[in-house]
Parts: sequence; structure tokens; C-alpha cells
Amino acid sequence: MSTMTDPPKADFRLSMLINDTRYRSLTFQVIAAVVIALSIWYLGNNLIQNLRAAGLNISYTFLGDASGYDINQRLIEYDSQSSHGRAAIVGILNTLLVAVLACVTATVFGVIAGVLRLSNNWLVSKLMAVYVEIFRNIPVLIWIIIIFTIMTAVLPGPRAFRGDNPTSSMLFDLFAFTNRGVYIPRPEFANGLFSATILNWVVVIVFLVGSWFASREIEKRATLKQEQTGERPKTGLVKLAVWLVPFALLMAVMGLTWNIPELKGFNFSGGIKIGGPLIALWFALSIYTGAFIAENVRAGIQAISKGQTEAAAALGLRPGRIMNLVILPQALRVIIPPLISQYLNITKNSSLAIAVGYADITATLGGITLNQTGRAIECVLLLMLFYLTASLLISMVMNVYNASVKLKER
Amino acid sequence: MADQTTNPIAFVADGTIPPSPPPANQTGIVKWLRENLFSGATNTILTVLSLLLIYVLLKNTLPWIMNGVWNANSLAECREILAGKTGACFAVLTERWPQLIYGFKYPTDAYWRPNLAFVLMLAAVAPVLFFDLPRKLLIFTALYPFIAFWLIWGGTILVPFVALLGCVAAGAVFQKLGKNSFAAGFFGAIIVALVVWKLGGALIPEDASEGAWLSAVPSRDLGGFMLNMMLGLACVSLSVPLGIALALGRQSNMPLIKWVCVIFIEFIRGVPLITLLFVASVMLSYFFPPDSTVDLFLRVVIMITMFSAAYIAEVIRGGLAALPRGQYEAADSLGLDYPQAMRLIILPQALKISIPGIVNVAVGLFKDTTLVSVISMFDLVGMIRGPILASTEWNGVYWELLGFAALLFFVVCYGISQYSQWLERRLATDHH
Repeated sequence: MSTMTDPPKADFRLSMLINDTRYRSLTFQVIAAVVIALSIWYLGNNLIQNLRAAGLNISYTFLGDASGYDINQRLIEYDSQSSHGRAAIVGILNTLLVAVLACVTATVFGVIAGVLRLSNNWLVSKLMAVYVEIFRNIPVLIWIIIIFTIMTAVLPGPRAFRGDNPTSSMLFDLFAFTNRGVYIPRPEFANGLFSATILNWVVVIVFLVGSWFASREIEKRATLKQEQTGERPKTGLVKLAVWLVPFALLMAVMGLTWNIPELKGFNFSGGIKIGGPLIALWFALSIYTGAFIAENVRAGIQAISKGQTEAAAALGLRPGRIMNLVILPQALRVIIPPLISQYLNITKNSSLAIAVGYADITATLGGITLNQTGRAIECVLLLMLFYLTASLLISMVMNVYNASVKLKER
Repeated sequence: MADQTTNPIAFVADGTIPPSPPPANQTGIVKWLRENLFSGATNTILTVLSLLLIYVLLKNTLPWIMNGVWNANSLAECREILAGKTGACFAVLTERWPQLIYGFKYPTDAYWRPNLAFVLMLAAVAPVLFFDLPRKLLIFTALYPFIAFWLIWGGTILVPFVALLGCVAAGAVFQKLGKNSFAAGFFGAIIVALVVWKLGGALIPEDASEGAWLSAVPSRDLGGFMLNMMLGLACVSLSVPLGIALALGRQSNMPLIKWVCVIFIEFIRGVPLITLLFVASVMLSYFFPPDSTVDLFLRVVIMITMFSAAYIAEVIRGGLAALPRGQYEAADSLGLDYPQAMRLIILPQALKISIPGIVNVAVGLFKDTTLVSVISMFDLVGMIRGPILASTEWNGVYWELLGFAALLFFVVCYGISQYSQWLERRLATDHH
């Protein structure tokens, strides 16, 4: 009477490979493996034949050869005698520089625009909507070119600053906006603790980090005291002092002076020169991605139910504190994941540098080095490797941060 | 009682008092202004700042646009006509219009072909975008790629005809075999299509394009906004099916297929499109057979399609993940096999959820087609930065050209995103 019997242990038949679910997935995977192996063999075979026909081979020794080209915008020492490898490193640093700068400013633009778009003020919210729609719907390449054109074709040349009646003048006598770049004052240490400039900056950073830890400690103590007595001691002035006093002392000891750009001959000298391509790329990426971030911020804030605002208001919090203590901490959880992908987009879009001649990794390794050495495969592979690593690192760091602000659920 | 008679009442209301209008500052435009623009000190400051910003923007652009010169042959002529006034030189747009739209090498007497292809494109896309149109129109949509190919590239009609024949044969085989087994139908269709293409390709004579009714135009002669539209349309329509396949592959429980899809998607998403375009322009030809020449347009289409397919796959994966588990189980319990369950139950719902995301990818892709100017293809941006700005007549006409490019892209992209919002409202079946 038993209705539940095992299927008869039939002998293995060939049709079971297709019809039996136990074997079918294996069959498909074997087929897939064969197809993949065949295509890899086919492509690889073509590659080998093509390389042989062109008399090329795959080798990375060209990275050690002298590059023979110069790079204007650079963070480390480099000249045309340096190797292609060093040019690539200059490019990597430039990519990171513009990506970091653009991430910071895009976040600022995006948060401001996103919050203002929810403003009660009809005119402001409509203006922000127009900003977002205009910048989101026009290719970033066009924005980069537009700002680059402003930098090179609209700003006056250094010559306009010369003479008794110059047509242009420096902003506050400190900043010069010319078509060769923007010049800003450069801090210098007259009697630094070390002879190397970079070590002095490390000291400054160490001091700032120390101040940050100290001010966090003060906050912690204030919270502890508040929990014990109900009174929160005022910490504002103490914190300000913790930040300012050591910093001011350090600056006084190291003898901070400002190297202000001035017109010498045909060009400005002194100060820090920020090239037009860098500014074009930085600013264009910021406003373009800022429009996307604004939408993320708006969606994040709108995702928090109105009851939260009303409950906070019922507790007697003022609007500013409602935003800071109730809405933003919750909205951040919604905002951060898309924000991560926007940062990734900035890093990847910074490769458009090549369109305006900013020497990032795409322009050095993928542009000039590739054209000079003809090592297309090696250069493009290295380029992809760099971007893959950068993408993975950014998502890793941001995921760690995301996990730390995530809602702790049991 | 007596009081009432002795002291006659001074006033008795014999009707309701007519409602008085609200105070002037609580009604109409004044109220709206008060509430929306001047409700507090901060708001007032913001309003004034915004007005100032709008004023500055208009003051600088309006005269420039209003005084625009539309008829001139060079920038110098424009300046003569303007005689010192500020004004745009839109003459560059009218004079270089064909270059901006078709590129600088497309044969002048053949401009009607892309124009016709554009009009037909509207007809072909309409039934895809609007579900209310009769479904029969989709037949034309299916034919459109072949017609458009023939119109734009010209040459012998045999090439698109053989391609179409292969597709029709494949479709017939799929109809026949796919009834019993999806896999048999699918692979059978591919094999039949390949056989037809191979045979047909062998039959087309080498010099078939000589004296063809439409003169042949090589790919490198394509350019201008036409190139952007072609790349955008071709890559989006190719990458949706590929993206669906990748998304399903990533969800598959066969480890090999799953990992191939995961690696492909993550690799493509981790690198910028420029590097993929470099692959197309300098590296991809190494992977084709030594004696073959695959033209740059096709290589670029391959790489951009792979790029957007990876992004679309992630969007569709989101749609698949959003479906409740019960839908998969219900499909199983009805006895549907995997292809049937996907086609009838899962994908229709998952795709509906993914539409806004897919449209976002499409808009992004269309904007990214401008990047081909970096690998020296002359799309709209490439034309502006290359031949037009470099010419002696128009050297220095930046804003008119860049503004025109920006306007074109804005109109198309804004239009697509408005469509997607309309579609989302249209497809919403839940009740709010």
C-alpha cells in the first residue's frame, strides 16, 4: 500500500544528462566551461598571432625607460628623464588628488542643494530643482569642456595684470585668476623643525589629530557629567582653545609665512599654482555629481517619516536640532549607500581628465606613454588594474563606514 | 416684559452678516507670497538672494541671446554685424548645421537617408514606449534595425537582407523547437542563424556595393549628433537582453555560470568607460582573427554594450531580489520549468520594477556616448572641439556651440526621464 517509494534505481542513461535535474546543471556547466575555454583559446590564439605578425611581445620593461615628456601638474618630483613608471605614479597621485577634492566639494554642493530643494521657500526649491535637472541631463564631458573654456578663454592672461592701469587685479591682492591657472598663497615655514617640508607638514597633521582626540575626550567627559548630574558643562570655549592654542603655538615656533604670488615678467611666480585643467575637472565633477548627490540627499530626508519631525517638535526641540539630532542621523543610513556609488563615479569620471589635458593616470599611462611606446595591451591592462583596485578600496572603506552607522538590529 | 416694551430694542439682526473677505494679507497672491517667499527673516534673505541670482543670470544672457546673429559666414562677419554690441553668433549653428548633425564626411547628397532613418526610428520606438498602440506595429520595430542599417551605411541591400533572413530562420526554428525544450530551441536558433549568415555571406559578391542603389558610406564617415544617437540606440537595445541574461546568470545556482557573471559585472563596473573605449580603439583588434578588419564603430558598440549591460544587470538583479520568494515557489508549484517561470512569472514583474533604473542607465549611457570624442571619433562634441573650433572662420565661438550641444542633450535626456516617470505612474498597480 505504500505510496511513497523511491524512484527505481534505473541505470544511467544518456538522456538523463538533459532531462534529469540532478545531472542537468552539471551538463550545462560542462557545456559552458567548454564554450568559455574555446573562446579564451580562440581569442588568445588570435592575440598571439597578431602580436607575432606585428613583431610585439607582452613585456613591462618599458616602465623603466625614460619617458621623455614633461608633466606640469605634479605632486612629486618628476622630469622628462624620469621613467614611464614614475609618470604613471604622478598620474595616480593626480587622479587621487582630483577625486578627493571633487568628492569633498560634490558632497558640500549636493547636501546644500538637496536640503534647499526641500525648503519652504518656493523660489529656492524651484531654483534647486532647475540646478539638479540641468546638471544631471547634460554630459559631464560637456561641463568639463565648458569650465575649461572659461578657465582658458575668458579669464585674463597674466599680461592684463601688468602696467600702471591693469585691466585685471588680484583678489584681495592674494589670489590671481589667470588663463594659465589660479595662483593662491602658499604657507611656508621659516624655521621648521625638520629640513624637509613634508616632515613639517606631518608635524602639523599630528598636532591637528591630537587636537581632535583631545576635543573628543572633552565631549566624552561632558556627556559623562551630564549623565551623572543632569547638567552639561559648557565645552565650546575649551574645545576652541584645544584646537587653536597648540596650532597657533606650533605656527609661531615654526615661523609660518605666506608666499604670495606676484607678477614677475610675463607670468606670476610664487604661491601655489592650480592649473586650469585641474580646476575645470574638479569643479565640473563637483557640480555634476553634486546634482546627483542632491537627489540622494532629498530622497534620504524624505524617507524619514513626518512623524519623526513631529515627535521631535513635540519634545520641544528647535528646527535646527530636529534636523541635526533626529532627521539627519536616520537619513544618513539611506543616503550613504548611493553616496558611495557617487564617489566611485567621481573616481571613474576623473578619467575624463584626458579631454582637457590634466595629467591623471589615463592621460599619462593611457595617453602619452601608450602612444610613445605602442604598448597598448600592457598600458590598458595596468590602467584597468588601477581603477579596479581604487574602486574596490573605496567601496571597502565606505562599506566599513556604512556598517558603523547602520541601524543596530537584534 | 415691560422692559422690552419701554426700551425698544435698538438693533435686531434679521439675517446673517455677510461673510467679510479675509484680510488682504491672508488671501490670494499676497498670502502665497507671504507663506512661500517671505515667511521669516531667513526665507526673505534667501528669496532676495535667489532673485538677485536670477537677475544676474538673465542680465548677462538675455541680451546675448536676443542680439544673436543668425546669418554670417565667419566670426569676423558676426562681429561686424554686431558692431560692438554683446550678442551671440548663432550663425555658426546655421552654417555648420550639417556638420553638427551628420559629421563632416557624410556625403551631402545622402543627408535624406539619416533623416528618413530618424523619422522611421520614431515610428519604430513608439510601440515599445507606448503600450496602447497596436501590437502589430512591433513587426516594424523588428525590421527597423535592418532598414536603418541599410539607409545609413548604404551599399548592397543583400547584407541587411541576409542578416534579416538569418534572424527570421532563427525565429522560426525557435518557434518549432522551443515548444518542447527552451534550450533546444535557443541553441538551434543560434546554429541556424549562424549557418544562414555564413552561407548568405558567401553568396554576396565582393563588389556588390558597386553601383548599388544607395551609395556605400564607410563607418568612419559617420559623425555629429547622428553618431551619438546611433551609439545610444544600438547599445541600449543590445544591452537590455544581455543585461537580463547576466542578471539571471548571477542569480543562477550553477557556480560556474554564477561566477563568470559576477566577475564580468564587477570588472566592468570597476573600470571607467574611457578605459573600455581604449580597449576598443587600440586593443580589441588584437583579439580578432589576423586578416579581419572590424571597424571602429562596431568595436565601440561592443564595448559600450558590455559596459551598459553590466549596469543594467545590476538594476535587474535589484528587481529580481525585490520579488517575494512566493512568486518563485508559486511558479515551481505550477510545474513550470525555469524558462517558463522566468518568461511568464518572474521577468514581467522584475522588469516592471526595474524600468526606472534601466531608463537611468539608458540616460547615462546616452550622455556617455560623448566620450567617443576622446578616441577621435567625431561625434557632436568631437565635431565642436575638432573641425569646427579649429577652422579659421569659427575659431573662438565657444558658447554658442557648447550651449547648443548642452541643449540637445538636455532635451533628449530630460525627455527620457519624464517618460520614465510617466511610465512608472502608468505601471503602478498598487493602491495608495
